[in-house]
Amino acid sequence: MNEFMEAQVRLSWQEARDSYDVVIIGGGGHGLATAYYLATRYGITNVAVVERGYIGSGNSGRNTTVIRANYGLPESVAFYQRSLELYRGLEAETDRWLMHNEMGLFWMTHTETGVRQEKMRAKLNTAMGAITDFVTPEEIHAMCPEIDLEGGGRYPVLGASYHPQGATARHDRVVWALAEGAMRHGVAVLQHRTVTGITMVGDRVTGVQTDHGPIGAGVIVSCVAGQSTLIADMVGLRLPIRSHPLQAFVTNHYQRTFNHIVASVDLATYVSQTARGEMLIGAEIDRQPSYSYQSSFDFLQSTAAKASMFLPFLKDLRILRQWGGVCDMSPDSSPVMGTTGIDGFYISTGWGTWGFKAIPAGGESMAELVATGETPDLIKPFRLSRFADDRVLADAGSSGTQQ
Amino acid sequence: MSLMLRCPHCGPRTIEEYVYGEIPVVPDSITDPNQRDVDFAFMKANRRGWTTERWFHLFGCRRWLTVERNTVTNQVRQPTSSS
Ligand SMILES: Cc1cc2nc3c(=O)[nH]c(=O)nc-3n(C[C@H](O)[C@H](O)[C@H](O)COP(=O)(O)OP(=O)(O)OC[C@H]3O[C@@H](n4cnc5c(N)ncnc54)[C@H](O)[C@@H]3O)c2cc1C
Ligand SMILES: [Zn+2]
Repeated sequence: MNEFMEAQVRLSWQEARDSYDVVIIGGGGHGLATAYYLATRYGITNVAVVERGYIGSGNSGRNTTVIRANYGLPESVAFYQRSLELYRGLEAETDRWLMHNEMGLFWMTHTETGVRQEKMRAKLNTAMGAITDFVTPEEIHAMCPEIDLEGGGRYPVLGASYHPQGATARHDRVVWALAEGAMRHGVAVLQHRTVTGITMVGDRVTGVQTDHGPIGAGVIVSCVAGQSTLIADMVGLRLPIRSHPLQAFVTNHYQRTFNHIVASVDLATYVSQTARGEMLIGAEIDRQPSYSYQSSFDFLQSTAAKASMFLPFLKDLRILRQWGGVCDMSPDSSPVMGTTGIDGFYISTGWGTWGFKAIPAGGESMAELVATGETPDLIKPFRLSRFADDRVLADAGSSGTQQ
Repeated sequence: MSLMLRCPHCGPRTIEEYVYGEIPVVPDSITDPNQRDVDFAFMKANRRGWTTERWFHLFGCRRWLTVERNTVTNQVRQPTSSS
């Protein structure tokens, strides 16, 4: 964060104390939202967020910021719709401009099976309170004439589920607003401090070891996305998580307003325009499990080819920047949140390529769990023990990536 | 550069031609048979550093190879065997 922004959002950094009631590992959106809601909803402020880099240096500052609730299972739609609604009120609540822009999302398909699937999605979403309509190619053309309905001759657009509340927001502003709100209530955000171990007495956690000394903790919440396995290893916990890089890129300025999010389910590619006018393009995860942040030429090549099949104007633009993040992929493409069987140790992971939209509801739910000791009904389906209970929530078709 | 794996039958090919195959290892510390099944089915070592893994050459000879790879640097050691 630069000085200008720091003055704007008035972040107040504190020296670390010896111990806190709650230590949150990871200063991304989920960690900071948990701290924010603990402070603002429950008055729990003896809280530290420990971040190895700077806040937002993980996936929360690297994503393509699509906010949507058009998922494929009732439990998921209910959860993501709650998050979408919290995002709608977050500018007013934090009194910060987050560049939240409800532009509407086309979730397009190129196959007959996909058409049935998207009709079903529209029905399920609507029943669960997330507005979604099935739209025909003609209707798509009327709303967004830039889309090539022939799909470059290879991927004809046969229809889409349209989600009018689909939105984007400026990711670093979301991170800063949550950090500022939490800090204003006394939460300590400790940057450039890496958690290297977790201390336990019996089955209960008692604190974290860091590269700048130990910090005692009543409760620990791990919100470290692609690094979750490394934290879980510290307490001997096994997680169903595999880390995969996900890349994205932006083009140079497109000198027109493109106020839609366009995604192709079958091509696993999605496009929107940033507030700066750049076209922002994302696609599938890298095939190899990895902790590497390196991006690749092959990604640019294959993604540019796919995106320009349905938005041919992209062929006239140039690629400006490319980057990657490390995503915590779960086997069923659903998050993993809540208790772990270890006293005082909670996790929020399995956010994979889809967790930016979930930041408010994830933080709100984890805060409620920490404050009350009870898992909120909204996130009970996402518990870690679902794998042992045979209650897996397979929803790969809604994740926008292929595994 | 995209990751390259050298298939003993087809030569060096980009990772896009292959499908990942994990070698699941259930820790000895888990003794309950049901828990071992759950771990085998779902849990991952997700190692940071050198790992041994299997890759299926889907868009090639459709055979499996064993690869040692560093998950931080993506450095690959030559396939040690094929079957
Ligand atoms: C390219 C890309 C595009 C994406 N697009 C979308 C999208 O369009 N919509 C969507 O909803 N989601 C998207 N996602 C996913 C989304 O970005 C993530 O799921 C979400 O940001 C995760 O938030 P988090 O707070 O859990 O993790 P992060 O933001 O990654 O935060 C974790 C933090 O923990 C810190 N940390 C790690 N280890 C330690 C340690 N040992 N000690 C202290 N701190 C530590 C890290 O430095 C990091 O800051 C995308 C992701 C990527 C990479
Ligand atoms: Zn081969």
